[in-house]
Amino acid sequence: MASSIAQLAQDLRARKISAAELAQAALARAGARSELNAFITLDEATALVAAQRADAALATANAPALAGIPFAHKDIFCTNGIRTTCASRMLENFVPPYDAGVVERLRDVHAVSIGKTNMDEFAMGSSNENSHFGAVKNPWDATRVPGGSSGGSAAAVAAGIVPFATGTDTGGSVRQPAAFCGITGLKPTYGRVSRWGMIAYASSLDCAGVLARSAQDCMYALSAMAGHDPRDATSVARGLDNYDAALSSKLSNMKIGVAREYFGAGVDAGVAAAVRDALAQYERLGATLVDISLPNAHLAIPAYYVIAPAEASSNLARYDGVRYGHRCADPQTLEDLYTRSRGEGFGAEVRRRILVGTYALSAGYYDAYYLRAQRARRVIANDFSEAFKQVDLIAGPTAPTVAFKLGEKTADPLAMYAADVNTVAVNLAGLPAISIPAGFSDGLPVGLQLIAPAFAEGPLLAAAHQFQLATDWHTRSPGA
Amino acid sequence: MSIDTATVARIARLARLPVDANAAPQIADELTRVLDLAGQLANAPLDGVVPMAHPQAQTLAWRADAVAEPDRANDLLALAPDARSGLYAVPKVLG
Repeated sequence: MASSIAQLAQDLRARKISAAELAQAALARAGARSELNAFITLDEATALVAAQRADAALATANAPALAGIPFAHKDIFCTNGIRTTCASRMLENFVPPYDAGVVERLRDVHAVSIGKTNMDEFAMGSSNENSHFGAVKNPWDATRVPGGSSGGSAAAVAAGIVPFATGTDTGGSVRQPAAFCGITGLKPTYGRVSRWGMIAYASSLDCAGVLARSAQDCMYALSAMAGHDPRDATSVARGLDNYDAALSSKLSNMKIGVAREYFGAGVDAGVAAAVRDALAQYERLGATLVDISLPNAHLAIPAYYVIAPAEASSNLARYDGVRYGHRCADPQTLEDLYTRSRGEGFGAEVRRRILVGTYALSAGYYDAYYLRAQRARRVIANDFSEAFKQVDLIAGPTAPTVAFKLGEKTADPLAMYAADVNTVAVNLAGLPAISIPAGFSDGLPVGLQLIAPAFAEGPLLAAAHQFQLATDWHTRSPGA
Repeated sequence: MSIDTATVARIARLARLPVDANAAPQIADELTRVLDLAGQLANAPLDGVVPMAHPQAQTLAWRADAVAEPDRANDLLALAPDARSGLYAVPKVLG
């Protein structure tokens, strides 16, 4: 589906196509591309009921922008009556009795979900190889990873199955797969979108986001998803900006900070060159580039890989085989029930992060690891605040490499963690950021990351949109 | 910081995760490497920096002390691997 959301919305209103036909076409494409393994669950029956409601809404005046637009949810958002697995054996048969806040909001505007996308188990991973339901393949090259953890959402959008999909971003899980799959991925400000009903990994970092073909399409999704939700205590009670109106802001007078640390060792030359070319395009569009430094950037990976596992070890304590989720067969004692249910239900990376987090929070080590990581978090966030006194946005490569080969990094957790080097600091600081297609290296897509001050999604989307009006990288799609 | 297999066993017990004795040395090695990564924070000049627990300087929201959720006990119990008489069922705890 190469059409933009705006084009589809126009076609729906002109009765050139119905929401039911769009949903059926998306389901057919998903079926035809099953080798990508982008979906864990496809739900035709629910989709077609939603499409009928959308068609009824479209027959009235003032139907919302997303009415009748097919999309997919990452399988981390609870969907009432529809299995929600988080790509874990632990939740293989979990059917939530309620909808997540994001699910409600997109349903309320009559967007039509066709199913639930594959992901790394509990969103822990950078390659989508940690799924209980198998790895996802990159539509650009089936021997390569799509990135993670929102790899199924990225592959589904890149392969043209749906025009947008929801994702979550705890350390780069929207932006990095967007970069690897040649699409646009938006991580909003922490607190801008409700986390209610979004299965928790690391609660102070988890953020719902969107993957789409363009910044404009991300804007439509964000406009529907964002807003205060009193059921999430970290949701921010703050009015929404008019993101649609913001898109037309020009780039003249905009200062873009180019963080030298984001071009450090480990960044492929081809990736750096594509990003430099994209930045030159920004200059031609009237923006001023400013060399900046984020001196504590090197602390982001160590801080993240303490804080995220620590919060995960706490959040995932709820999976005990008692109230819901996997229970081992024939438990002998309560302790046996807990231990075997968790051992059988969780995959290797989830178990590893729980162990790291448990260690970091254990008596005698809390100050040295967790508290120290929180101090590092402060100086990392302060670096951004200082930089934003000089510049409006900060730019760099989203990921240090293009999509790597399936299996290339699975044996070495630390090599996998290094894939997040340019994305995790944004989560630690709670800022909004976007990855946009910025060219190719070795025939594979490269992502440019733009980072904005908290709640500056409007200027962020505008900067991405203006670039996409002047370039065609975001329109490139992989062959089937 | 080097993690030995005894430490792996202790942490696994705290986390209620099983560790196979044959796998323990490899897990010990992996945890050592991850914690060495975290160890890079030890040399950073962070003493005296106020820890940051959360991205937004928010205070917890207050709400009226009123029942907002409907009673969905049966829906929730229906998700349980084993429930009887309106309760979650687990193996006998006392002998």
